[in-house]
Amino acid sequence: MSLLHWAVLSPFLLAIIVPILYKLFRQIHTGWFVLILPILLFTYFSRFISLTKQGDSVMESATWIPSLGIDVDFYVDGLGLLFALLITGIGSLVVLYSIFYLSKEKEKLNQFYVFLLLFMGAMLGVVLSDNLIVLYSFWEFTSLSSFLLIGYWNERERSRYGAQKSLLITVLGGLSMLGGIILLSIMGNTFSIRELIAQSGELMDHSLFVPALLLVLLGAFTKSAQFPFHIWLPDAMEAPTPVSAYLHSATMVKAGIYLVARLSPVFAESGLWFWLVSIAGLITLFWGSIFAIKQTDLKGILAFSTISQLGLIMSLLGLGAAALHYETLGENIYLAATVAAVFHLINHATFKGSLFMVAGIIDHETGTRDIRKLGGLMQLMPITFTVAVIGAFSMAGLPPFNGFLSKEMFLASMVNVLKLNIFNMETWGVLFPVVAWVASVFTFIYSMIVVLKPFTGKLQLQLLEKKPHEAPIGMLISPIILASLVIVFGIFPNLLSSSIIKPAVAGIQPSLVGPDFQVHIEFWHGFKPEVWMTIGIIAFGILLYKTLPKWQKVTQWIPERISLNALYDDGVRGLERSASFVMKVLMTGSIRTYLLSIFLFFILSLGFTLYSKDAFKLDTGNFAPIGIYELVLAGIIVIGSIAILFARSRLTSIIILGAIGYTISLFFVLLRAPDLALTQLVIETISVSLFLLCFFHLPLMASRKEERMTFKLNNAMISIGVGVIVTLIALSAHSNKLFDSISSYYLENAYKEAGGKNVVNVILVDFRGLDTMFEICVLSIAALGIFAMIKLRLTGGKDKS
Amino acid sequence: MELLMAIVIGILFMCATYLMLSKSILRIIIGTGLLSHGAHLLILTMGGLKGDSVPLLSDEAASYADPLPQALILTAIVISFGVTSFLLVLAYRTYQELGTDDMEEMRGTETNE
Repeated sequence: MSLLHWAVLSPFLLAIIVPILYKLFRQIHTGWFVLILPILLFTYFSRFISLTKQGDSVMESATWIPSLGIDVDFYVDGLGLLFALLITGIGSLVVLYSIFYLSKEKEKLNQFYVFLLLFMGAMLGVVLSDNLIVLYSFWEFTSLSSFLLIGYWNERERSRYGAQKSLLITVLGGLSMLGGIILLSIMGNTFSIRELIAQSGELMDHSLFVPALLLVLLGAFTKSAQFPFHIWLPDAMEAPTPVSAYLHSATMVKAGIYLVARLSPVFAESGLWFWLVSIAGLITLFWGSIFAIKQTDLKGILAFSTISQLGLIMSLLGLGAAALHYETLGENIYLAATVAAVFHLINHATFKGSLFMVAGIIDHETGTRDIRKLGGLMQLMPITFTVAVIGAFSMAGLPPFNGFLSKEMFLASMVNVLKLNIFNMETWGVLFPVVAWVASVFTFIYSMIVVLKPFTGKLQLQLLEKKPHEAPIGMLISPIILASLVIVFGIFPNLLSSSIIKPAVAGIQPSLVGPDFQVHIEFWHGFKPEVWMTIGIIAFGILLYKTLPKWQKVTQWIPERISLNALYDDGVRGLERSASFVMKVLMTGSIRTYLLSIFLFFILSLGFTLYSKDAFKLDTGNFAPIGIYELVLAGIIVIGSIAILFARSRLTSIIILGAIGYTISLFFVLLRAPDLALTQLVIETISVSLFLLCFFHLPLMASRKEERMTFKLNNAMISIGVGVIVTLIALSAHSNKLFDSISSYYLENAYKEAGGKNVVNVILVDFRGLDTMFEICVLSIAALGIFAMIKLRLTGGKDKS
Repeated sequence: MELLMAIVIGILFMCATYLMLSKSILRIIIGTGLLSHGAHLLILTMGGLKGDSVPLLSDEAASYADPLPQALILTAIVISFGVTSFLLVLAYRTYQELGTDDMEEMRGTETNE
């Protein structure tokens, strides 16, 4: 266990202590104790920057299940470090924010911080694990803790619904990812990501490569809310706002992005990967940006904008894969897509985190998040307004904020797609920049809605639950820090380029990024196409925003028609209904149906086996001759058993059963089994008396009208089938004897070894005495059971008779 | 002989199955009785029906009937007797408590769900 291991596990350890601290120090907000840890971790991880800057990495191992090749290997390179810094950095700010957001009197803070710490530890584990099984374990831990956090206010119905939905969808993806991981380990014979990357060339030709790729991508898409699995994210907005800011904008939803980036070196050579990742990203970008406009809830808008921005990053990662096919190109323009993806990832975490916090502040200070009720908060909440402007303008891609730079790089990458000449891109590639541009226009519009609707216009005090005023300073610290980062990264983008972005890009595309590769983000790069596109976006955006009331009805109308939520709800309900329908059909509660299916299965399975194995054989060679007595007795049994079926009275059928029993004991006489005959005789007598006792001496029974059995065709067919199958099997078993009986041993040794001449009795009490002992047990238990059944009356003596 | 026995056993099984599929408890128990008769005869038949003499050792017998299936059947008879008597008393008590012997009426209470 190295220091790195302790760093990743420390949130879990603190999570154990938090409830104790909560109980001990009720007057201090528990968040203050928690706050220390992410700050410590952030400083700890910052120390790695100097290391990864030079292209180095750190690997620390600890054994877990060595026999299965599963070890807790943590691996810090540029990509992992970028995420670790995001997780701990934004984690600290969110904890600080939550201290002021959550009231220490009203909320169950111990639970909140335990869940949050579990999530933080799990997320660190995801991004730093080198072993895929360990990564998967932490991955499911994030799903679980996210489920707990979304359902934090578990007395609300919507929270429970959102939590369940997100769990179902992300666990679906998580399990398919596990499938992909197992396939990968079968192909590469290792769970280590780095070892898989080392043999990525051979993996490409393996027959399991495509299934593994699809399964892993399903996991990544569900986690990162890509189309059509994005539907859980808007419902996850029922979580407390710090959770939304942390999990559902900056960290957890980027776990899928991380996975795609991390496994790019394994899969990205494949054309399927390029298409799937970039197309899924573009559709998500487009879909999310349109749906964001339809929302009236601030957090709803932000949720769809997160979906849309995640789609943007995903599509850039997909396009970045094209760079692998142009290794000879001196100036590899496609690598810029990956750079843009990493840069936008950082930018998105900063501005989206601050916007969520702004939404939380508005909610906290006015009591509503509905943009139809909000307005004119600019004068009342100037600091919040400033933060919101910075965040929203950055999201819209306006200078001088960091979103402008990454949006420019995004558009540039999309334009570069036109120069691609692989995978039929020359025909369909033109769609890429068009879709990206339209989505950017919508992005501009909803960004304006976020900032302008609540803060400008008329103040409607009568609609608000509280009188709005500026938030306490503690609540404002985190969004101010994030907003200043937005500006700093916007004005000095190259602060990050060599320290963070380049090592991260090296992690995504290790084969292309050499020591001489330089990331340089230019603020102004001349009149290139992307500049004109940005100008167009702003112009169209302003035009459309101004005319919003006129065409917004159209957006209200379209999405209702193609709602994926309805599909999900109907799907879940349909599953439940069909399951209960199947249960109703099969589990009727009537013993007859169950017996019918048991017998039917008996007939079909044995009949099919007899038929398919060609097992039926009739060998009359070793048959014994038939005597006249046997024939008569057999006739009695057959007639008797058929007569029972037609007997009208119970008494008759009991007597006939007795007659059959006696005939069988006569059979035993004929077939040279005296002990059997004796036993059968005695037992049949007792059974018949018992039958009579039970059913003839019941007073009500005699008065009840007795009827003949009603004939049922399917019962008759099943019974005939059972009889025929038994006969056939008996005959073919008899004709297929493989060995002689071992009875000659008993016959020879009964007197010699055991000193008895009655061989059957010697077998019962000597050779195979254990059977007899337990048979005695059976009889005793039956006797005790009968006694107890008759004597015990636990219902309180309420006999109906 | 074995062919005859196989057919008799088949008919016993058939009637037993038909009775077990009926509604009345009594008929179901009679069905199990027939079924165990069938099974006992089946064990005996499968052991082979040759052999001149009962399996009691003596000097003049040339060959004996197979003693092992007989021992097995003896055990089976006793066990099926124990189970049958338990079932009978169970049916008796059921009738006393519930006032019906119709299996279709004994479906368990749906309200327990």
